[in-house]
Amino acid sequence: MSFLDISGVSKSFGGNTVVRGFDLGVRRGEFISFLGPSGCGKTTMLRMVAGFEQPSAGTITIDGEDVTHRPPNARRIGMVFQAYALFPNMSVGDNVAFGLKVAGRPAAERGRRVDEMLGLIKLAHLKDRYPYQLSGGQQQRVALARALAPSPRVLLLDEPLSALDAKIRVSLRTEIRALQRELGITTIFVTHDQEEALSISDRIVVMSEGRIEQCGTPHEIYNRPRTRFVAGFVGTLSLVEAVAEGSGATVSVAGQPVTLAEPVPGSGRRPVTLAFRPEALKLDAGENRVNAIRGTVEAAEFLGSVVRLRVAAPGGTLLADVFNSPAAPPPAPGEPVTLHFAPGDVFALDGEGAAPVQPMAAE
Amino acid sequence: MSGARLGPWIVVGLAALYFVLPLVATFEFSLSMLRGTWSFEAYRVVFADPAFRQTFGFSVLAALATIVLGALLVVPTAYWVRLRFPRLRAVIEFVTLLPLVIPAIVLVFGYLRLYNSSSWLPFTGSAWGTNLLLVFGYVVLSLPYMYRAVDTGMGAIDIRTLTEAAESLGARRRTILFQVILPNVRAAVLSGAFLSFAIVIGDFVIAGLLNRPAFGPYLALIGQNRAYEPAALAVVAFAATWGCMALLQLLGGRAPGAAAAPLRTRRKAIP
Amino acid sequence: MSTASPAAGLAAIQPAPAPRRRLPLAWIGLVPFFLFALLFLIGPTAHLVVGAFQTPEGGFTLDNIRGLFTPQIIAAYWISIRVSAASALLGAVIGFFLAYAVVHGKLPPWLRPAVTTFSGVASNFAGIPLAFAFIATLGRVGLVTVFLNETFGISIYRMGFNLLSFWGLTITYLYFQIPLMVLIIAPALDGLKKEWREASAILGASSWQYWRMVALPVLAPSLLGCFLLLFANAFGAVATAFALTGSTLNIVPILLYSQIRGDVLYNPQLGFALAFGMIVITGLSNVLYLVLRARAERWQR
Repeated sequence: MSFLDISGVSKSFGGNTVVRGFDLGVRRGEFISFLGPSGCGKTTMLRMVAGFEQPSAGTITIDGEDVTHRPPNARRIGMVFQAYALFPNMSVGDNVAFGLKVAGRPAAERGRRVDEMLGLIKLAHLKDRYPYQLSGGQQQRVALARALAPSPRVLLLDEPLSALDAKIRVSLRTEIRALQRELGITTIFVTHDQEEALSISDRIVVMSEGRIEQCGTPHEIYNRPRTRFVAGFVGTLSLVEAVAEGSGATVSVAGQPVTLAEPVPGSGRRPVTLAFRPEALKLDAGENRVNAIRGTVEAAEFLGSVVRLRVAAPGGTLLADVFNSPAAPPPAPGEPVTLHFAPGDVFALDGEGAAPVQPMAAE
Repeated sequence: MSGARLGPWIVVGLAALYFVLPLVATFEFSLSMLRGTWSFEAYRVVFADPAFRQTFGFSVLAALATIVLGALLVVPTAYWVRLRFPRLRAVIEFVTLLPLVIPAIVLVFGYLRLYNSSSWLPFTGSAWGTNLLLVFGYVVLSLPYMYRAVDTGMGAIDIRTLTEAAESLGARRRTILFQVILPNVRAAVLSGAFLSFAIVIGDFVIAGLLNRPAFGPYLALIGQNRAYEPAALAVVAFAATWGCMALLQLLGGRAPGAAAAPLRTRRKAIP
Repeated sequence: MSTASPAAGLAAIQPAPAPRRRLPLAWIGLVPFFLFALLFLIGPTAHLVVGAFQTPEGGFTLDNIRGLFTPQIIAAYWISIRVSAASALLGAVIGFFLAYAVVHGKLPPWLRPAVTTFSGVASNFAGIPLAFAFIATLGRVGLVTVFLNETFGISIYRMGFNLLSFWGLTITYLYFQIPLMVLIIAPALDGLKKEWREASAILGASSWQYWRMVALPVLAPSLLGCFLLLFANAFGAVATAFALTGSTLNIVPILLYSQIRGDVLYNPQLGFALAFGMIVITGLSNVLYLVLRARAERWQR
């Protein structure tokens, strides 16, 4: 049995079901992200683990103990909120000490623990400040220390970075991950930002409309999305319509043959949608890039290390990221190009999931 | 869950009882002038009394004068302070809050001593001078509400940018103030105006001590001498207050800068 | 030189708009306001304050202030302070619970605007009509008095209740004190974030611990400040008490009213001192209110 076990959990508000049949086992010390668009049920699921919401069905156990109907204050869980939620009437030190104080720990122990936690987040010098005197990033680090001070069994992070500036967001997420590794604490992180989830997690649970779409490592989720929803939500994807004939692994895109890694299921002449990551398409034919699609450059966006090309191809518009090279300027709009790719770099989407693809749903 | 919701319901229920009972009692009392039957006799008597019409009319006129004068004093000042003297805002706000500190009775006592007929500024020497002093007193009483409402309204719109935009289009100061700023803080002025109206209609002390024939002293007089008419007058006064509130919501809600009309915005915020 | 030139260019541009501002004349725009405040707010008050320390001939004296310490005047201040404090305390407590029920009680959403609108009306429904309403309710032949007597055989007047007494006045004042409290405390309750309750719960705190360690300390400045505002509000009120009790109840505003109308204290300068005492009391409570409000706003950034 896993350390944190969620089995068969559903939640309805009135007639509206927001989480359905949620099953997940989390290993001790694992870092799990719930990823999905707003309204997908990820926050509701997190709040059920915290005890702020009661599941309509199913059980939640922590370390073998059924906590499904325990009140939040008896669960020994730490939580960090999106809006910091520091107590404004207490200094940083008192905020961090709060959990120990309500548990009736002696003052000496509290003091030691507070110093230790503030040392971990490198804010020991701000111990006597009040929350309103801190920046957003500092407040969120204090909130993290406050959640960790009573040594909770599980740490829940509810979009803790979304209120922060882009730069602090990146540095704080690295910090959170390092701290989590150091303490070995089992953690659930809720986010709608796929880049955040991919960079920080051991495993990602992609959710849509209250259901788990896919659960896997960031590598699996990105490279082998199991449903159209996951493929569309995680990363950028361009879609091209193709036609499959027979049972082989070769399909045709407006007459140009394309070889896939695996045969397309089904038989007879049938439409297939091909999906490409921008980084899979190259301008030169390399080792096993046996496929090629010809098209015309519509636009070239200079992004720094890469140049993103919009290429109008017969079956659809393709996005291709090519490395910037000081020696050669990128192709200009109107220029014909040939995009090369390996059979393993393209996946066929039909028949795999009912959810519609949302190619640009990155935000 | 239902247990947690019982408490709030009890609180609201008890409060409703406390607040509705006096209204019901007053209304019931006002209907029982004729023995053994309910009638609007008390209202008939009240409305037939020329003194009622005169004093009520006097107070309404005084209220309108107060609103106009108050707006003329407060709107340009609030605008000018925000635009040119932002550092004086705290001082002005303190001055406008003083009428909450100084009770009306103290204020009018000061007027009587300072502006009596033998003083350097003999306001109380003539009837129109006393009327003027009365309105000035009302403007002072409504200052905290008027200034706050208007200042908040101006905070909600960016008056500096509006002014610069109007200036760049060639408008003059007076045009800017009356054609650009005033329409945009209309809701705020109205919400201040409503409170001013309520204050003036309900005032007893200033008019009483200045010996003006206003509604408040008339009410006090009737209250001392009659039994049923006061109840009818209380109902009329309460209805007038509600009428003002409804009018305010109707007029103020549609105007821009409606942030100063909190009731309206709150109602909108609820899905 | 080359590094300085952009700065010099900026400096050359900066002064250009200045002549357009005509700063030296801008203060004229503030003259009407300050003149008005001086003539009709500060001047009359200052006149009374100065007069409180003057003999009728204009010399300095403390006799007027000393004159306040007669049994009649002290009793008037005392009952004024008691009525104001009682109605402010009860108004603050009841108003707080009412506002909390409406803001955080998970009641139907239409209730809040309804209560707020009603509070706006009721907090302005002071003065003489309010006295009439309570005479019709709790007077000797009031609706509630008669109802209790006829239905339950309880005669509140035989039990010692009197509308023209301390408690009668307090109950009447509550009619505008409670709504005022609801109006001014509701924003502070809105500032009480749901996350604080959740954060304290997840950190192991009980509901009581949350209230004691988080919610009440956060609200304390607002609560105390509201109490003081309510106190000053009741202390200066004349009309309701006057219409209710005539001049039978000896509270400071009524005493001052009678003094102005007919010099009942047989010393015109004593009226100045009486007014000065009122300003001191309401002034102190308002200064405290402003201080506490500033403290409360510091947290609510």
